Amino acid sequence: MYEVRIHGRGGQGAVLAAQLLATALVFDGKYAVSIPAFGFERRGAPVVSFIRASEQPIRQLTNIYAPDCIVCVDPALARTVNIFAGLKPGGTLVQATSRPLAEIDVPDSVGTVGLCDAVRIATEIFGRPITNTLMLGAFARSTGQVSLEALKKVIEQSDFRDAGLRQNLDALERGYAETTVHTLERRITA
Amino acid sequence: MNTTTLDTAPTTEKRPAPQLMLCEGNEAAALGVALARPDMVAVYPITPQTSLVEKLAKLIADGRMDADIVDAEGEHSVLSVLQGGALAGARTYTATCGPGLAFMFEPYFRTSGMRLPLVMTIVTRDGITPQSVWGGHQDAMTVREAGWIQMYCETVQEVLDTTVMAFRLAEHHDVMLPVNVCLDGNYLSYGTSRIEMPDQAEVDDFMGHKDVNWHVALDPLRPMAVDPLTGGSGGNGPETFVRYRRGQCAGMKNALHVITEMHEDWARRFGEAHRFAPLVEEYRLDDAEYAIMTLGSMTGAAKDAVDEARAAGEKVGLIKIKTFSPFPVEALQHALRGVRALGVVDRSVNFRWNCGPMFQETLGVLYRLGRQVPAQSFIGGLAGADLTVTTFHRVIDETRALLERAPSDEPVWLNAKD
Repeated sequence: MYEVRIHGRGGQGAVLAAQLLATALVFDGKYAVSIPAFGFERRGAPVVSFIRASEQPIRQLTNIYAPDCIVCVDPALARTVNIFAGLKPGGTLVQATSRPLAEIDVPDSVGTVGLCDAVRIATEIFGRPITNTLMLGAFARSTGQVSLEALKKVIEQSDFRDAGLRQNLDALERGYAETTVHTLERRITA
Repeated sequence: MNTTTLDTAPTTEKRPAPQLMLCEGNEAAALGVALARPDMVAVYPITPQTSLVEKLAKLIADGRMDADIVDAEGEHSVLSVLQGGALAGARTYTATCGPGLAFMFEPYFRTSGMRLPLVMTIVTRDGITPQSVWGGHQDAMTVREAGWIQMYCETVQEVLDTTVMAFRLAEHHDVMLPVNVCLDGNYLSYGTSRIEMPDQAEVDDFMGHKDVNWHVALDPLRPMAVDPLTGGSGGNGPETFVRYRRGQCAGMKNALHVITEMHEDWARRFGEAHRFAPLVEEYRLDDAEYAIMTLGSMTGAAKDAVDEARAAGEKVGLIKIKTFSPFPVEALQHALRGVRALGVVDRSVNFRWNCGPMFQETLGVLYRLGRQVPAQSFIGGLAGADLTVTTFHRVIDETRALLERAPSDEPVWLNAKD
C-alpha cells in the first residue's frame, strides 16, 4: 500500500487532484481510494486530501496518518500547517516552491524531495496560481507511482474542455518536466 | 467529479471485461438509481447528500436517465410528491439525511403504512445538537421504528449494487415496503474507490417487469380509499389498524429471505466483485473465540485490524451487519454460535440504554442464544470522527479482555478525550 497526503488551500483543487490521481492509478491497473478530509472548506483555508494505492483491493476508508508521500500544492502552507506530521521515515515531499532545496526547511524524516516552481508556471499557463494538475506531474516525476500517460488520459476524459483542457495538459507535462528531484543521502531512515 | 472509464480492464475472468471506474459513494448511488430506471425522482439537497442529487440531475439533463425530476421546496414535499408518484404507478426515488430526514418524518412514516415501494438513500449524518454536518448513523438509527427496510453499505461498490437491488426488493410482492440504502456521510459519500459498473441490459434482465402499483392505485376505473381514517375504538377501526401493522411486520419478516435470494441472484449474474453478504457477514469467525461487530464503512479498517491480530495469533473474528431493519436475528444467532466475548461498535447513540443502538438490538439476540456472552458497547465515529485500524486494535484488545472479566455497564467512547 502506498499512501499520499495532499496539502493545499481551499480553491487550489487539492480534492480534485486526489480524485484525478486515484483515477490515473486505476488506469495503471491498481486499486485506489481517495478521501477528502472534512471541514468547513472555503477559499484560502488549509485543506488536505488522501490517496491510497495498492495492487490489492483496499478496504480502509479512513484518513491517512503515516503517509509515504506528502504533496504540498501551496508554497507558503508549511509555515502554518505541520505538513510533515506522521511522514514515514525516508518518505517523499513534493513541494510547490520557487526556492532551491538549500532554502527549504525539511525534517529528517524526508528521504526524497521533488521541487516544482508551480505558481510561476501556473501563472504563465492559466494566468492564475492553480497548481493542482502541475503538482500531479511533479508527483509522477518524483515518485514514479503513477504514469504520466495515465494522468494525461484522466485529464483528457475529465470535465476540462477546449482551452482548459489544453492548459491542464500543458500544466501536467510542465509539472513533470520542470520538477527537480533530490535524494537526501544523509537522512535517517530507521 | 466527472465519470471516467477504462477501455480495457485488467482482469483474467472469462466474463467480458467489466467497465472499471473510480467514483464517489454519492455518485455510485446515483449511477445505481439510473441503472434501476425510475420514473420519477424528487430532490432537495442537503450535506452530505448534495452531490448525489446533483449527479442525478446531471444524468437526467444529459439524457442518460429517463425520469421526471421534481425540485421540491423541502423534504416533506419531496416524499409527499413521491407518494403521489408511487400511487400513480411510478418507480420513485429520493435521497436525504440528518435534518432533511427529520423534516420528512411525517410522510416517511406514512410511506411504509401505505406499503409504497419507494427507495431512498440516507447519506448518514450525525444528529444535532451541537451543530454537525458530518457523518454518523444517528439519523438512520433514529427512524428505525418507522417500518422502512434499512441496509447499510461498506464499500462504494456495495452502494451501487445495493441501490439497484433495493428497487426490486421494495417492489417484491411479499415485501411491498420502502427501502433505505444507508451509506456513510463523508467516508463513503465523498470517498472515491474503484468499482465495476454492471451492464445496463443485464440489470434490466435482473429487474424484470416493473410492477409498482398492483396493490393500490390512483385509477378512476378502480376507485378505492387510500390511507383511510380508522374508527378509533368504535366499529372495526382497531381491527383495520392492526391489519395494517401486522401486514407491515409480515412484509419485514419476508424481506429477510427476499434480500438473501436477491443478493445471491445478483452475485450469480454479475460476478464475485458483486458478492455481498445480504444480512450478516461472518469474517474469520470459524474458530474465533471472540468477535467484534461493525456496521457500514468502518468495516474495512476493522477487517484489516482483525487480519493483523490474527497474524499475531489472536482468535478474533468479525461480524458485519448489512441489513439492520428487519433485524437479522437468526443470521446473527448463527454468527454468534461459537463466540465467547463480543464487542459491538456503533456510530450512533441509544440514549435510553446508554449504549449503541446495534449493541442494544444484539442483546436480544444474545438472550435467544441461551448462554451468557459478555458483550461491550463501543461508540465511535460520531460527527465525522475517524475509525482507524488503530481504533479497532483497541476494540479487539478490550473485547479479548472480556474473556477474563465482566463488561462495563458504560459504553467505551472511542474518539473521546478522557
